[in-house]
Order: sequence, then structure tokens, then C-alpha cells
Amino acid sequence: MEKKHLDLRGLSCPQPVLETKNAIENASFDALEVLIDTKTSLENIKRLLSTRQDLKYTVEEGEDFKVSISRTG
Amino acid sequence: MNFFQKHWKIISCGVFIGILATIFQKFGNPANMGICVACFERDIAGALGFHRIPIVQYLRPEIPAFVLGSFFASLVFKEFKPRGGSLPLVRFFLGFFAMLGALVFLGCPWRAFLRLAGGDWNAIVAILGLIVGIYIGIQFLKKGYTLGRNYSAYKFTGLLMPLMMLGLFLLLLVKPALPTGVPFFSAKGPGSQHAPIILSFAGAFIIGIFAQRTRFCTMGAVRDIILLKDFHLASGVIGLLIFAFLSNLLLGQFNPGFTGQPVSHTNHLWNFLGMVLAGLAYALAGGCPGRQLFLAGEGDIDAGVFVIGMITGAGFAHNFAIAASPAGIGPFSAHAVIIGLLFCIATGFFMRKRLA
Repeated sequence: MEKKHLDLRGLSCPQPVLETKNAIENASFDALEVLIDTKTSLENIKRLLSTRQDLKYTVEEGEDFKVSISRTG
Repeated sequence: MNFFQKHWKIISCGVFIGILATIFQKFGNPANMGICVACFERDIAGALGFHRIPIVQYLRPEIPAFVLGSFFASLVFKEFKPRGGSLPLVRFFLGFFAMLGALVFLGCPWRAFLRLAGGDWNAIVAILGLIVGIYIGIQFLKKGYTLGRNYSAYKFTGLLMPLMMLGLFLLLLVKPALPTGVPFFSAKGPGSQHAPIILSFAGAFIIGIFAQRTRFCTMGAVRDIILLKDFHLASGVIGLLIFAFLSNLLLGQFNPGFTGQPVSHTNHLWNFLGMVLAGLAYALAGGCPGRQLFLAGEGDIDAGVFVIGMITGAGFAHNFAIAASPAGIGPFSAHAVIIGLLFCIATGFFMRKRLA
């Protein structure tokens, strides 16, 4: 399983959520790790993921936020 | 979870802004201009002498209060994060041209919705223009438009905008009598109409806190519907619109019509195109004028540069006969809007990069 990484730190709204959306809608998507650095981006990405029952995710909080997204089941 | 449970915070923020704006008007702010980020920054530019139009000069305390409220909230909730370096000069010009567009219509998006809530039907054309401008911005975003990332900055840099705003507020309180006459305060016209300072500042400070927490943004509201089919931010704007309307009804401030509307003109073409320009500039900069103030408060110095661009644009717009007035658009309104649109379109075209 290939894991993609996206570093979306420091980007203006809505680029973090938009790039995440593009990545998870890509046919070859298996697993994705997104790095962001504001709560706002995290909230936006969570809202996006809440519309997708076929995906699950975990969030690691540190200096930045790391969101790991994968398919359920 | 139903819609209201999920979005009650942002809806409350919009409702609060809507009601408070009408109350500010009741207590003295200009009609259908209880709050207008563009107009108030223009009044500040006038008070500082950046333009010399005698009727629009006042150190509006709402603007400093928005930034300081957001600054306060970001400190309390540990979101104060000084950051910058994402093409500030481009952001300056986006702010500059956004202001030119806003002053051709006579209002920021907040005021567009407040004008609509007060019965000024000219706002409908402007809101359509806003939507079209944001739609164009979205096309650029889809093609990979980006101004690049920002980076963490020294703590002190994040204090610059809050400190500048504190300075403006102190200038209002102290009103120093300088030989040049600055700061200027209008004796008549919209600049002379204002609510008590304490009410404006305290109310706007609370808005700053709410808006920092909820990320309230009128441009984002339209953008997220079109781009992400997400109605979160829009629910806040709809709350603002409905409750400003109801509050206007209660306070006797609802006067429907096209003509004779306060601080407004009926040139639909340029109301529309002015807001296309402004909407596009906000979309490319990632936030409406209000949102830029709240971002500046939480340490985003690029947003601060956008704000300075807007204030500069306000001075320029009045000095160069670009700003409209109730008599209609200015002699150079059309030129400015066209140049601004060309700048924004060039920005959208030339600044793109696929990130992934």
C-alpha cells in the first residue's frame, strides 16, 4: 500500500482542504498523510472528511497537525 | 446531527454581527452601514489625512476592536501564531484593488448584506457581482493558483498589527490637536455619524473574539458552497442577513427600494463590476476584509499587509476620483476597476503551481 504525503503547511485558505480533497478523490488513493499548521485548516479538513463514510482518519497534534487518512475496512 | 446543531457557533456569530450592526446604526453609525470594513477603513484613511474628503473622516473604533478582539481570543485559545512571507507585495495590491472595487460599489461584503437587510435592492446586483468574482477566483484555485506558503515569524512581528490598531484607537481617545489638523474628524456626512466609542469598541471587540473562533468569512461562505458544497460558513452569513433584516424591521430601519438609499448609488453595471473585482481579490487573498482583520489579529502578518493595502487603496480611491458617491460613480471608477481586474486575472494566471 502506497502512502502519499502532502505538506500543506502555511498555505492560505482554502488550499489545504482543496488539495486534500483532490488527493482523496484521486483514483489511485490508498492512504494519505497531510501535514498542516493551523486549527482552521484542521477544522476544514475534518468537515470535508465527515462527508466521506468510506474514509477514516487520525490526527496527531504537535507543533503541526498530521492527519492520516485511509480507507475504512 | 442536524444542520443547526452542527453549525450553531458560526450561525450565532453571524446573528450577533447582524443584530449588533443594526444597533450600531440605531446609536449613530451611518444608515445601512452599522458595520462596513471597507467604509470604516476608508474613514480611518481620511482621519489620518491619506485623503481629504471632509465627509468621510473618522477613526472608526470598530476596526481596531476587530483586530484586538481576535488577538485576545487567539492568545486565550493558544492560536496566536506569528507567520508571514507568502508574497506580501501581491497581497498588498490585492488589498489595494479590493478597496477600489469596494468603493465603486460603496461597501465590503458585510455591508452588501447589511444594505440588503435594510432594503437597499442595489445590494442584490453587488452580491451577484461578489459571487461572480469569487467564482472566477475559484477557477484559478482549481488550476493550482497559490501565493505559496508562509513561515513562522518572530513573535514580535505578530504584535505589529494589534499595536498599530491600538495606536489608532488611542489616537481617537486622545484626539491630539496637531497644527496640520490631523487627525481629521468629519463635521457632517457619514464620517460624522457614529455610535458612542465605548459601544462600538466593546461590541466590535466581542465580534472579533467570535469571528476568530468561528472563522467567520463572507467570501469563504460563497467559495465553500461552489468549491466544496460546504454550507458551514454560509450558514453564518445567512444568519447575519436574516437577523439584521428582522432587527431593522423592529428598529424601523427597513426602507425597501433602489433609489434614495443611504450612501449608495444605482449604477448597476459598476456596482456589479466593482464587486466582481473585490470578490476576485478577496478570493485570491483567501479572505474577505473582515476575515483579513481577524487573521491579522491572530498573527498573520500577510493579512496585515492586505489590510494596509486596503487603507492605502482607500486614500488613493478618494484622491484620484475613483470612489463612488451617492451621485454615482467617480470619473475614474471604471478605469480603476478594469485595471484592478487585469491585475487580479494576471495574478491568477501567473501564480500557479501544482503542489501534489
